[in-house]
Amino acid sequence: MSKQVLLIEDEPNIIEAISFILSRDGWSVKTHSNGADAVDKVKERQPDVLILDVMLPGKSGYDILRELRDDPNHSELPVLMLTARGQTKDREIAERAGCNAFMTKPFSNADMLETVRTLAAK
Amino acid sequence: MPRDTLTGSRIRERRVMAGIKQSELAKRADISPSYLNLIEHNRRRIGGKLLVDIAYALGVEPTSLTEGAETALLATLREAASETDLPAEELSRVEEFAGRFPGWAQLLADTQRKVETLQRSVETLTDRMTHDPHLAASLHEMLSTVTAIRSAASILAEPGDIEPEWQRRFNRNIYEDSARLADTSRSLAQYLEEVDSEASETNAPQDEIDAVFQQAGFHFPMLETAEADVDSVVAHFGADLSQSARWLLHLALTRYRQDAAKIPLNACAEVIDRTGADPLALADAFDTDIPTAMRRLAQMPDEGLADPVGLAICDGAGVTTFRKPLPEFPLPRLGAGCSLWPLYRALTRPMLVYSQLLEQSSRAASRHRAIAVAQPIRRGKLGEEVHFESHMLIVPEPRTNTAEPVHEVGLTCRICPHPDCEVRRELSILVATKGQNF
Repeated sequence: MSKQVLLIEDEPNIIEAISFILSRDGWSVKTHSNGADAVDKVKERQPDVLILDVMLPGKSGYDILRELRDDPNHSELPVLMLTARGQTKDREIAERAGCNAFMTKPFSNADMLETVRTLAAK
Repeated sequence: MPRDTLTGSRIRERRVMAGIKQSELAKRADISPSYLNLIEHNRRRIGGKLLVDIAYALGVEPTSLTEGAETALLATLREAASETDLPAEELSRVEEFAGRFPGWAQLLADTQRKVETLQRSVETLTDRMTHDPHLAASLHEMLSTVTAIRSAASILAEPGDIEPEWQRRFNRNIYEDSARLADTSRSLAQYLEEVDSEASETNAPQDEIDAVFQQAGFHFPMLETAEADVDSVVAHFGADLSQSARWLLHLALTRYRQDAAKIPLNACAEVIDRTGADPLALADAFDTDIPTAMRRLAQMPDEGLADPVGLAICDGAGVTTFRKPLPEFPLPRLGAGCSLWPLYRALTRPMLVYSQLLEQSSRAASRHRAIAVAQPIRRGKLGEEVHFESHMLIVPEPRTNTAEPVHEVGLTCRICPHPDCEVRRELSILVATKGQNF
């Protein structure tokens, strides 16, 4: 069975592009675009890798990640954070919240694929 | 021969643009339609007489078929490819790609250009993001859109077959997103423009009252009469000014009123007729201090003097508090002027009246006499500190041979060409100065 990626992102065309790239690479891709119930979605889907945008309606990506890390079942889940701001400050916040990888928009498709593969192999 | 590979595509493009059927063009060029078809798909090389025949049949110059505008297109496509890890054998097919899918290639190139422009503006603006919520929101929107465009564009650019349905989908996404980007960047540009103009209005009240004085020609007839009322003049000229500018205007016009009372206009004009723009003679005639006479000269209507005079006043911190520039002796709009001006030198030796011939080095043609004096802003009190301000009157002076030394001074460092000035505080944009090598 193919490995599953859950993508939490609110920009439809980014969702479409990332889904396409990852599906073509053999991943099963599920998407969700609301921050408020994102944690529930993660618990329900049990993905192998989580791609999490920082700016989400309802709840920020940082808060979602902190909640997940507090849950023993998801303390080890590989998480890639996406942000539109590339400042050191954001990277620090993301790392302190417990992300495994961090990418700033705009990113290249190749980097995205590479990072997801690396995270899944861990 | 890289260029040859696209000749067929150009023939096809020209033919379609001209609305000629393939069979019709083949007939005119005296070849079979299937052979023309191979040529048009860049499967057969073409040159010599046949090329000339086809060009003639299409009504175009033969060179327009062999040399296209594709060089720029190909360069852009290569740039787009250089940002991905496209394998070398794919990269070498870029011409084939541009030749066989000119529309797609152009779309990709346009998108690449757009992404580059946007990435540049994003980089420039990143620093401002933290400080401005509106800006942060707009930039977030732009970055999201750029991300979507970039992802979709590189899916189209990468090797491998993409089903037509997906191609259409990503094409449509790019189209929609670029329209969104255009909107966002337009509103962002408008917003930034507004921010700029707000800043110039609210941040520089000095600028606002400069404009009032310029408009009045530095002469206020309403303040020259015995029953003059400063408040009504401020209300008249200051209606559209910010509060801080009105406060400054009130200060400046109160002083004007006092000066006019000490040296009345008509009597002043009579003295000037005899002695010219000489502040010391005017001060003697009315028993005032020299700065009062300087201000009065600067307040005269244009017809009252042979040449209008300029005036700069600065406070003890060297900040310009009043400026009346001359066409050939400009004064900086913001900040301080050249350290070499006697205006500043006078502050180091209060009460001494400096007189120097000056030439602003950036304005070779003109010479001016500067008369400067610094004095306390009010009469001293027992055991109390006094504060100083400095006045410099600027009088145009003919360029004649004189034994008196002429001092070369600047306006502001940034636009001063003086090569080795020891009081330079900023690099010049005009010349390479010592220190620019660092």
